[in-house]
Amino acid sequence: MRRYSIFTLARNALTGHRDWPRAWRSPEPRPRYEVVIVGGGGHGLATAYYLAREHGIRDVAVLEKGWLGGGNTGRNTTIIRSNYLHDESAALYDHALRLWAGLSRELNFNVMYSDRGVMMLAHNVHDVQIFKRHIYANRLNGIDNEWLTPEEAGAYCPPLSIDRGARYPMLGAALQRRGGVARHDAVAWGYARAADALGVDIIQNCEVTAIRRRGDRVVGLETTRGAIAADRVGIVVAGHSSVLAEMAGFRLPIESYPLQALVSEPVKPVFPCVVMSNTVHAYISQSDKGDLVIGAGTDQYVSYSQRGGIQVIEHTLEAILELFPIFSRMRLMRQWGGIVDVTPDRSPIIGKTPVRGLYINCGWGTGGFKATPGSGHLFAWTIARDEPHPINAPFDLDRFVTGRLIDEAAAAAVAH
Amino acid sequence: MLRIPCPFCGPRAEIEFRCGGEAHIRRPPDPEALSDAEWADYLFMRRNPKGIHFERWFHAHGCQRWFNLARHTVSDRILAVYPMGEGPPAELSAAPEAGADG
Amino acid sequence: MAEGVARLERGGRIDRAKPLRFRFDGREYLGYAGDTLASALLANGVHLVGRSFKYHRPRGILTAGAEEPNALVRVERGDGRSDPNTRATTLPLFNDLEAFPQNCRPGLAFDLLAVNGLLAPLFPAGFYYKTFMWPPAFWKRIYEPRIRAAAGLGEAPRRPDPDRYLHRFAHCEVLIAGGGPAGIAAALAATRAGARVILAEAQPAFGGWLLGEGAVRARIGGEAPDAWLAEALAELRAAPNCRLLPRTTVFGCYDHNLVGLLEDVGDHRLAPGEGRPRHRLWKVRATEVVVAAGMIERPLVFPANDRPGIMLAGAAATYLHRYAVLPGREIVVVTNNDSVYGLAGDLAEAGARVTVADSRRRVPEAVATAARARGVALLTGVLPAGSEGRRRVRQIHLRPRDAGITLPVPHACDLVLMSGGWHPDLALFAQARGGLRWDGDLAAFLPDRAHWPMRCAGGANGTRSLAEAIADGLRAGAAAARAAGFSAEPPTPPPVEEGPAWTLEPLWCVPGCSTRERAKAFVDFQQDVTARDLGLALREGYESIEHVKRYTTTGMGTDQGKTGNLNALGIVAGERGLPVAAVGVTTFRQPWTPVPFGALVGPHRGALFDPVRRTPMHRWAEAAGAVFEDVGQWKRARYFPREGEDMAAAVQREARAVREACGMLDASTLGKIDIRGPDAAEFLNRVYTNAWTKLAVGACRYGLMLGEDGMVFDDGVTARLAEDHFHMTTTTGGAARVLAWLENWLQTEWPELRVWCTSVTEQWATVTVTGPRAREVLRPLVEEVDLGPAAFPHMTFRTGRVAGVPARIFRISFTGELSFEVNVPAGYGLHVWEALVEAGRPHGLTVYGTETMHLLRAEKGYIIVGQDTDGTVTPFDLGMGWIVSRKKRDFVGRRSLFRSDLQRPDRKQLVGLLTEDPARVLEEGAQIVEDPNEPVPMRMIGHVTSSYMSPTLGRSIALALVAGGRERGGQRLWVPQLDGPPVAVEVTSPVFYDPAGERLHV
Repeated sequence: MRRYSIFTLARNALTGHRDWPRAWRSPEPRPRYEVVIVGGGGHGLATAYYLAREHGIRDVAVLEKGWLGGGNTGRNTTIIRSNYLHDESAALYDHALRLWAGLSRELNFNVMYSDRGVMMLAHNVHDVQIFKRHIYANRLNGIDNEWLTPEEAGAYCPPLSIDRGARYPMLGAALQRRGGVARHDAVAWGYARAADALGVDIIQNCEVTAIRRRGDRVVGLETTRGAIAADRVGIVVAGHSSVLAEMAGFRLPIESYPLQALVSEPVKPVFPCVVMSNTVHAYISQSDKGDLVIGAGTDQYVSYSQRGGIQVIEHTLEAILELFPIFSRMRLMRQWGGIVDVTPDRSPIIGKTPVRGLYINCGWGTGGFKATPGSGHLFAWTIARDEPHPINAPFDLDRFVTGRLIDEAAAAAVAH
Repeated sequence: MLRIPCPFCGPRAEIEFRCGGEAHIRRPPDPEALSDAEWADYLFMRRNPKGIHFERWFHAHGCQRWFNLARHTVSDRILAVYPMGEGPPAELSAAPEAGADG
Repeated sequence: MAEGVARLERGGRIDRAKPLRFRFDGREYLGYAGDTLASALLANGVHLVGRSFKYHRPRGILTAGAEEPNALVRVERGDGRSDPNTRATTLPLFNDLEAFPQNCRPGLAFDLLAVNGLLAPLFPAGFYYKTFMWPPAFWKRIYEPRIRAAAGLGEAPRRPDPDRYLHRFAHCEVLIAGGGPAGIAAALAATRAGARVILAEAQPAFGGWLLGEGAVRARIGGEAPDAWLAEALAELRAAPNCRLLPRTTVFGCYDHNLVGLLEDVGDHRLAPGEGRPRHRLWKVRATEVVVAAGMIERPLVFPANDRPGIMLAGAAATYLHRYAVLPGREIVVVTNNDSVYGLAGDLAEAGARVTVADSRRRVPEAVATAARARGVALLTGVLPAGSEGRRRVRQIHLRPRDAGITLPVPHACDLVLMSGGWHPDLALFAQARGGLRWDGDLAAFLPDRAHWPMRCAGGANGTRSLAEAIADGLRAGAAAARAAGFSAEPPTPPPVEEGPAWTLEPLWCVPGCSTRERAKAFVDFQQDVTARDLGLALREGYESIEHVKRYTTTGMGTDQGKTGNLNALGIVAGERGLPVAAVGVTTFRQPWTPVPFGALVGPHRGALFDPVRRTPMHRWAEAAGAVFEDVGQWKRARYFPREGEDMAAAVQREARAVREACGMLDASTLGKIDIRGPDAAEFLNRVYTNAWTKLAVGACRYGLMLGEDGMVFDDGVTARLAEDHFHMTTTTGGAARVLAWLENWLQTEWPELRVWCTSVTEQWATVTVTGPRAREVLRPLVEEVDLGPAAFPHMTFRTGRVAGVPARIFRISFTGELSFEVNVPAGYGLHVWEALVEAGRPHGLTVYGTETMHLLRAEKGYIIVGQDTDGTVTPFDLGMGWIVSRKKRDFVGRRSLFRSDLQRPDRKQLVGLLTEDPARVLEEGAQIVEDPNEPVPMRMIGHVTSSYMSPTLGRSIALALVAGGRERGGQRLWVPQLDGPPVAVEVTSPVFYDPAGERLHV
């Protein structure tokens, strides 16, 4: 791998940037691999990278039906945080957050992780109770999270309205300073380049059409580019997990919903951090390019169309203008949708499946991007050792049978 | 925003409705007779098809009636509406690609 | 301040009788009514209007429409009316308009960051992915802030928006997007067929091309097109079934043909004016949509193709014919097609010296001859190779296409027009999931199969002449009406005289641009993406068109690549050796042009953001100085402070009053559901955990509802009014959810049950009178009911009259004291409330709020669903196994309770906590540990759910969920603090007060 740095950039400037090598090869698929990862998003590419890097398994292919990072990796609002309530979730997301901190140097690719702080707003007494509970739990888990008064929150994010006369005035906020954002595409590309350098074959435009089993064991895949045999197969296909599971002959506790997002026209820096509000339902940050990046909600029906209704966009912007009235004259530049796989407890599934040699990593719902490095790291461990890492062990399929759910949705609870 | 053909009120904007998810999941008549795994199957496992989905809708801001609807989850075309208690139209069950496009 | 130097004395559609003053970049100019800001600037000889995104290069006006990538300005109208990134090309001029250039410091003419242009070799596409990684801390502190400061375009507004926005819904059979000749023709055909038609046009006037170049280029029915236009518009205006919407942009076509329109009502003025909104957002459900959005002209991609004074030929035609502006005198037109030749002649006749440099070796003879005859010089087989000029182009370099190595020849000029061909504007069609197909002849995509009922007409459908456009529009309008159920044949198109339809030879970029070293040949002007950037992306393996887009950012600007995307595709296809169609397109998304957030939000601001629900007694509480809290959409009185009291003091006083004398609470927000039918009791049996069939008429019972997952979902007291009639109460926040839940079970799972549910939350006002003296307070106002303990025992209800009003009185208690919940028709709520306040005065009646309610119930260990439960708590966890029937073989959620994890002994269970320091009140949400000295991460065994200072007990109390809590009675546990030492607590029963319930039965 030719290293990237300011020096190589300057040297290549002299030759008109004609000599940069490909970031990753574009090989023809081989007939068999030790491990095949289905899904060339951030999670899948990270899995391949860590398989090669940490477990010495380099006979690996990543199969992507379209282009790398073309699913939710390239469609999310890039928020990174680890202030989850339950111990299992906190451990999972903080594992990822610790990897984010060193990721650019690890991959030699600037993923632009920027710990500009994630602030979650409380709008009623119940919110305050919930966020306090998060803060106490996070602190005792070694995760930073602190309570801000409305004035402190306003100072941290100047565009934020602290008007007590608002319909749902802000009563305070929980701030995780280590939270922030990163450049989503760069995560996929950085992992792809680093995995490729370790010998992983990255194969785009290769759609899996069937999963071949012998008895209860996976033996390979049929794809649009021919049959590929594999000892082990990892499925990481957010938005299509149920489709792949059906090919393998089992069902998942998952439904796939459209999740929409939008950006404004680009403006000069005006918004310093990430702000989320569950109660009025909005989340917002500003990208390096200058766009306000705003996450909307999920539509209410199952759909694979990567789009949703305008009412969801309107509702989100209502909330944005409640919180940030000065953005009223800003303009919507582009809206889009992704497909999120939602589990009953809003926590992911990372582990073994009823089919031996077949592993699944899915169900990240609306929040998978932040977990990308940790998810790949743990899934690689799970595949390499045929057993889950202690951090992802609780996130198995069996919990839906025993009732041992990790209910982050319930943690947000309901108003009384 | 979808336009949902309520069988009782006629076509209305989606904002008047609540989607109740997959249809035809019968509550087991004797839950106690089921294993934990069978019960989990009823509770949580879903078809979630990329194709025709039989789902339940509730006209929350209208007639307050539940009904069934068949929709293609890629094209988002609505292919049939039928009352609670009825099975899905035979022609749709038999032709999973109907309504994909065109 | 003089008349614009480039304005012609005659012609155009500006109103010379209405001069308008405006300012740009601090200087004052004159324009006319009918101008856009761009046409007025050009009329005044102003070409330099902004700086580019990345290299801060001087930029001018490229287009005359919504596809403009360069001429974005900040418009300031005072009073917080600040609009960054406004397209000068579509902004109608108004008096006192003030606009500023963007992205330049200190000024437009001299911009410090123009140094980026010199450093450009260091900044190829995606450079930021390759550097700024060291030292790590520098990314957030140094590099990123600089990148951010340089990026962005305009400045975000700093003050609240004073303007209003309205929403409007509409239905029609045929909605037509675009009011040019094809759109008008479609409207004529559909209107005549009888369909309800909406014709929306973004510009102030209908006519499109006919208002500019078309007015001189063609004749309809032997006359100037104005006559046909006037007649057609008169017909449409007169038709009752046709609505014309000028200044209205169709910005989005969504699923099931929901179409979003943005109408400019007051935005084309300094301020909207009294009572007017700035915009009206229409949401139209259309049976059929006709997209008549016309065509977009492409730039030619050649080195330094971005200087001010280089614009699209079609734009110049519009400025000349519609706005009477001659934007240059020495004009070179570079082209690959014949659409520019008529214009070249017009410009020559208007007094300019015009040279057409055509990249094609052969130009159709008739076209060439006609142009030469009008005084146009013509060079064929010539490519543009570069340009010079800092603030405005002054030279263009041309080189023969076929000669090997020839030095480019400079041509002096003050205006360069370019045309790389025209492509249908398919954004609306494609964002509504319409398919596209490649047309080699046009070198562009055409609409293929529509997804929703939709069709394209005219230029958007690939027509290249006025005659075709009108005929196609008539066909499309008639077809749309037919598809919507009307009988219609397309009307006969009028005879049109015009020149031959244009032809072209594709030229995606001048050869060498995508690889040659220094040449900056722009593909996306706004994003500063050059052909070379595209080449670099491909060399580095970013081959998918989506990767090219994302790596180089081409097409990601406010124009969404309207002018640039097809050139980018052509270049990528060329480099990869693929046909353009095989490269594919990036996804088209809404909106077509940017839409203000305010317009999308409409009136849903402030109080209308979410409806406020108030109880019938709200005004009384307000007058009494209550502090309110939001509970769902309700405003609930939280406490009633007296002079000098804070919440703690008020709550202590209110609570003491209840325990010692009597208190009164407005409980009207409780959800109430009327349940009737012969199977009502059986129904309750199935949705509650306990048994209901044997409940006597006149009796009440507390019930817990579980989700099918076995977790507590809601609770409340339900009374049996008659054999087949129940009054159910729910939590305030759960009311709607519970009703929907009940309906769900009734309609989908148990349709055989004859039960009917009705929400009556708003029908009843509920007043809780509670405390040892409650009976005395109530007695004088009550008729027809014996309040005595024997006649009216705990957990029963009676009907009678209170303060002269028919009432349902429930003897139930959430405080642990003698309590009556008086329900009266909501309209009488305030009357009864005030009567009770009066009646209670001699008894020390104190009005209390939700905070005191919470405290009192916590003393009794009564749970609040949502506070002491969080969706992961079963009745057994709460120690409420007593309410789970052992006899019923089934109820909702029962089976889940027997899953292995729900049987674990170490599940979190509800307990009481007493701090060792009785004055210490724990914070709700605080976590509980066994060992306070354990290093982080600590093992947490539970958390505090409710915590109060109890005046009754004279100490603090708390409820908590603790792992295996019921076995821990008397144990000492610890509650670590965010700051300060951990607090020691003792585990107790959750019932702190009157555990035997003696005070209830008095």
